[in-house]
Amino acid sequence: MPAAKITVALVGNPNAGKSTLFNALSGLRQHVGNYPGVTVEMKKGRFTHLGTEFELIDLPGTYSLAPRSPDEMVAVDLLLGRRPEEHRPDVILSIVDASNLDRHLYLTTQLMELGVPVVVAVNMVDVAESQGMRIDAAALARQLGVRVVPIQANRGVGLDTLRDALKTATGDKAPVGGPKLPDAVEEEVGVLGAELRGEVPPFLARRLLLDVGGQTEEWLVGRHGTPLRRRLDEARSRLAAVGSAVPAVEARTRYSWIKAATRDAVARPSVRPVTWTDRIDRFLTHRVWGTLVFLAVMFLIFQTIFVGAEYLMEPIEGAFAALGDAAKEALPPGPVRGLIVDGVINGVGGVLVFLPQILLLFLFIAILEDCGYMARAAFVMDRLMSRCGLSGKSFIPLLSSVACAVPGVMAARVIENRRDRLATILVAPLMSCSARLPVYALLIGAFLTEGFAWWVPGATLFGMYLIGFVVAPVVALVLKRTLLRGGTPLFVMELPAYKRPSLRAVLRRMADAGWAFVRRAGTLILASMVVVWALLYFPHTDSQGRPYEELVVAAESQGDAEANHVRGEWKRQSYLGRAGKALEPVFEPLGWDWRVGMAALASFPAREVVVGTLGIIYDQGDEAEEESLRGAIREQWAGDPVRSRYPVAVALSIMVFFALCCQCASTLAVIRRETRSWAWPAFTFTYMTALAYVGAWATFQLGRVLTDLVS
Amino acid sequence: MPTLDQLLTGQRGEIETLAGDPALVQRLYEIGLLEGESVEVLGFAPLGDPVEIRVGNTRLSLRKQEAVAVSVRLL
Repeated sequence: MPAAKITVALVGNPNAGKSTLFNALSGLRQHVGNYPGVTVEMKKGRFTHLGTEFELIDLPGTYSLAPRSPDEMVAVDLLLGRRPEEHRPDVILSIVDASNLDRHLYLTTQLMELGVPVVVAVNMVDVAESQGMRIDAAALARQLGVRVVPIQANRGVGLDTLRDALKTATGDKAPVGGPKLPDAVEEEVGVLGAELRGEVPPFLARRLLLDVGGQTEEWLVGRHGTPLRRRLDEARSRLAAVGSAVPAVEARTRYSWIKAATRDAVARPSVRPVTWTDRIDRFLTHRVWGTLVFLAVMFLIFQTIFVGAEYLMEPIEGAFAALGDAAKEALPPGPVRGLIVDGVINGVGGVLVFLPQILLLFLFIAILEDCGYMARAAFVMDRLMSRCGLSGKSFIPLLSSVACAVPGVMAARVIENRRDRLATILVAPLMSCSARLPVYALLIGAFLTEGFAWWVPGATLFGMYLIGFVVAPVVALVLKRTLLRGGTPLFVMELPAYKRPSLRAVLRRMADAGWAFVRRAGTLILASMVVVWALLYFPHTDSQGRPYEELVVAAESQGDAEANHVRGEWKRQSYLGRAGKALEPVFEPLGWDWRVGMAALASFPAREVVVGTLGIIYDQGDEAEEESLRGAIREQWAGDPVRSRYPVAVALSIMVFFALCCQCASTLAVIRRETRSWAWPAFTFTYMTALAYVGAWATFQLGRVLTDLVS
Repeated sequence: MPTLDQLLTGQRGEIETLAGDPALVQRLYEIGLLEGESVEVLGFAPLGDPVEIRVGNTRLSLRKQEAVAVSVRLL
């Protein structure tokens, strides 16, 4: 009979090397666990050692088991076996950084109180030794009363010993020798526990007392109301009166116990040596040099995803165009061909074309996080970002969104605070992404170049980018004061020691990000592409019942102009075209006619299609030369009372609409994936559409008044 | 008694008391800013905030409004 599966929970401080160890142990056998109500991703991995099957749960990095958010509460509940979807872990694997042993053991002493065997993995022992530290693992194990294994997770050193220890530890008793809080504290815990009639285990009764304003308090006081609140306050004042005030008493007790436990097991250098981190940090956080390096790094990232990704995106687009042409040749005309060529092939290409940007951005993020610079970048930018209620960690996601919001939203994973992360995700699509550029170029070229001063086109383009830079922080601030209001989050952030990034870790991050996007967002993007294709395809016969596809083929023999005219007629009478005409009163206050409105509607799944759509609507074909399309639009507008009188106001109104609107199914799909909720993409879509409409309306009305004044 | 945000780059102090928002104080304790520990101010971000400090072998970034919670005796 095969041995039962052993469930291991992996817990550690941020920067302890937890992900590295998780990947080293479980290799490719891992997936994202499904924990309802958890906004952070928790991974699960599997591995087999000497015939025993292990399941490894990777809990989010934390400094302590004092839960301060619903997410942290889930992690504690999981460790206590209080989550319905998971067994109580058989063993807890506590990973600690050898160079910061005392501080990391703080969490370990809390883990030792959960009633489950604990194995301590002392990571990066090589770094600690290079700093003159000597750790006697056997002596440390005796002092702590748990198994201790020295490892180097990045090089795979000590992992077999660790696996052995995990296996044998299942037969161990739960540790008993940890730090003991003063009797006065334990007495109060006992009283509170009795008050709650054993509703919660002693561990949570202790958290209730020790964590002032913590999640345990919020939860239990919420359930039991004022009487518990009063008991709690009284208990805390009694403790303060006898010199055991919370939360100091816990930290003092644990750290003094740790100091005693490590005294003989760890040899430390008498003088702290100057490390590489000291030398590098002096430079990278320097007022002048630090800022310059920061700007250079950001420029490099931006340039790479903005320009470099093009080189990878073009072949993808080309390949899918070729595939579409081949399918067009092979299939008979009709709805099936349309669905496959314009719906599916175009849609899959539309998904994959994001991959270069996502992979390149995560290449940078992984390197920056792994080497320790990410925290410095957040340090340098924190002041600026704090003005809009965010922190320095929001900078890279927002900067990336200037190239494309899809990788930008995914980059917001580096933000631990839930509200900050949400605010960043929700405003990221406001940053002017590269897909808006063709719209700006077309309209500026058509209406704001000839007859204007030389600086007008550039200034207009700059103004469009400025809209994002100004509106996004304002919206973030409003969100942080309304929907995402809450106590000031802590910005205490560790600046980890610099280290060389590991190639394996970097590749892994990239692959995870790319795969997550394709698998979870890809289907949604594809579906929206197919819907819009159908709305533009049907009805596919003219009033006499002749299929348009045949009419186009027939017209092609009379030249491109005639064929483009038939194509335009087809799309203008499609369901989307009819919707545009029906909604003309809605577009009128923006200065638009139904043609512009229809193009805007068709662009909701992906704004980059707007130029092609305009090309079809204005009878220029979907691959129209920009010059001919400009001409066609100008010509059509010239024969129209509103647009001939206010062409600039209308052009600006369209641009402002595109600047503010979330016309990107990919962004919405990725927001849905990252927030694990439909509510946030729905909210993003609604607020941005409203903002775009109001912005375009104000632009046109103001432009109209100004035009009348000038003339 | 000065608070941590008032120290200059390179100055060191011994922590005397921690006071302020309970969640912040608890986090600072957890991370090892105990009474009696010595801290060094390593520098300030280019815009003057936050401050980078070292306690033991750990480097931390604290916003000035958080550093106010830590009162120190100059060493």
